[in-house]
Amino acid sequence: MDKKLYIQSYCKIKNNEVILDGKIIFKEDSRLLKDFLKSAFKNSEISYSKFFKMDNLCKLAFLATEYILKDFEHKNTNIAVVFSNNASSLDTDRSYQDSINDIDNYYPSPAVFVYTLPNISIGEISIRHQLKSENAFFVFDNYNADFHHCYENSLIQTEKSDGVLGGWVNVDSENYEAFVYLVSEYGIMEHTEKNLIILYKN
Amino acid sequence: MENLKLELKEKIIENLNLEDIEISDMADDDALFGGGLGLDSIDALELIVMLDKDYGIKLSDPKQGKAIFASIEVMANYISKNRTK
Repeated sequence: MDKKLYIQSYCKIKNNEVILDGKIIFKEDSRLLKDFLKSAFKNSEISYSKFFKMDNLCKLAFLATEYILKDFEHKNTNIAVVFSNNASSLDTDRSYQDSINDIDNYYPSPAVFVYTLPNISIGEISIRHQLKSENAFFVFDNYNADFHHCYENSLIQTEKSDGVLGGWVNVDSENYEAFVYLVSEYGIMEHTEKNLIILYKN
Repeated sequence: MENLKLELKEKIIENLNLEDIEISDMADDDALFGGGLGLDSIDALELIVMLDKDYGIKLSDPKQGKAIFASIEVMANYISKNRTK
């Protein structure tokens, strides 16, 4: 018989707000995404200098995850990560392209190049929290609750992982949105497609 | 030489996104790698690009970086002797 699964915690970051489990925990009217992410990071009081080296997509995914896991006793590192978005790593791809456009000023940046894949964000989170389970980053037109629910459910029911960090993390220039949640056997709100849609849209 | 050392510290902090580091935190003879700056292999590659872009020094073998980037002092000496711009 399948285990009953729950959305244990969720974090949304958009419109200059960080919302954790339905409550606004940080808000700042920053003109630029990079400034907002920096302020949100400082506000979180997390000490992790590598944050400043990340691109905006990684920072967004990292922050959303950090808010979920920072007060959470997760000695179990068997947590899978399943993210999706619609801009892939386009934001950083453009920066990298800019650095190699001019043949007379051709200085490709290794530090930018390493972020020209969206799943690097999962790598950063996995390093930070020592997560060693399955992970995948999908590119969809929109947040696909049906797909996420099925995939996340399957990972736990087939005992590939004990929990799943799932969600939508998207950055395209100054447009950004993160909706990240932890699925596990613990919680109040059941992990269903309908509930994922409600949390994502509200 | 002192100006070059200061310039290098500023460039390293800016180019390697060392937001938590102040110029005053970097002594001329501090180890750049394996020390408090927390630099990694990607940072080493970024410094190689910086040598080329800002000082016209091309390193044919990235392994040379290990010696050249030992400290600000060593780096400044190498740049002053080999720069083409």
